[in-house]
Amino acid sequence: MEIRRRKNQIEISELDPFLAELLRQIPASANTQGALAAEQRIFSAPTNGNETELCAEWKMYVEPELRRLFQSATQTVGSDLEQLNSNEKSLANRTLRIPTKHADAWLSALNQARLVIAAKNNFTELELNDHLRSPIGSRRDLSLFQVNFYGFLQEFILRELDC
Amino acid sequence: MSFEPLAAEVAIPLIPQIVHPNSAALPSVGEPTIEKETHAEEELDLPWQVVVHNDPVNLMSYVTMVFQRVFGYPRDKAERHMLEVHHKGRSILWSGLREPAELYVQQLHGYLLLATIEKIF
Repeated sequence: MEIRRRKNQIEISELDPFLAELLRQIPASANTQGALAAEQRIFSAPTNGNETELCAEWKMYVEPELRRLFQSATQTVGSDLEQLNSNEKSLANRTLRIPTKHADAWLSALNQARLVIAAKNNFTELELNDHLRSPIGSRRDLSLFQVNFYGFLQEFILRELDC
Repeated sequence: MSFEPLAAEVAIPLIPQIVHPNSAALPSVGEPTIEKETHAEEELDLPWQVVVHNDPVNLMSYVTMVFQRVFGYPRDKAERHMLEVHHKGRSILWSGLREPAELYVQQLHGYLLLATIEKIF
């Protein structure tokens, strides 16, 4: 896989089918449905629990707005990812071009996905910092790889935004 | 070559003139006026603080960027707060009135950071 900035796009080329599939999974991975821990992490409380009135107002007025914001980001990413559904041979390497104006949506969707996966798997800080863990031998290992891969993409996008 | 003095170098006398209380030069002031001091509701509401808590998933570079964007902090200040969150588990990013504090927390949640508003006792 190669990742580089080309004018107003971030180009990820030489994407093998495995990594392409991980990218396709971003919107689905960001979905909190059916996972209470993930839902609680994405929509965390605005206080430490001692301001019940504020928490109730937050749930009623702020949470729906945040939900819309997060959905909008994953929809943008989902539409960019449609490039990976071309009619090329299924095992061929792919190229994904992300317009830099979508960078914020990608940062958000990647972050949502990482947080949801981490919450669903209840990863410890030690596991999350173990970047040399290999090979992928279980579903849990795969999820950890996914978190790290998405983190790598976030780092690249952040670096590009900094330039 | 002449130099314009820098603004900070211009000395402005700030000490008021002191007049002896028995001075005959004092004008008659009459009865003192008692001013009623009122406070706006927001003033009484002070102070609240915006706290960001540690989270092992969010990247350090991402958290720094969020602090720069939300609070307009320069990079080094944003990094100092990020490191405080990382090492101490929490950092107070801002303190003041409740309403802007809530807005800051809302923005931080929009970036998926763990942030709370806390009243300072």
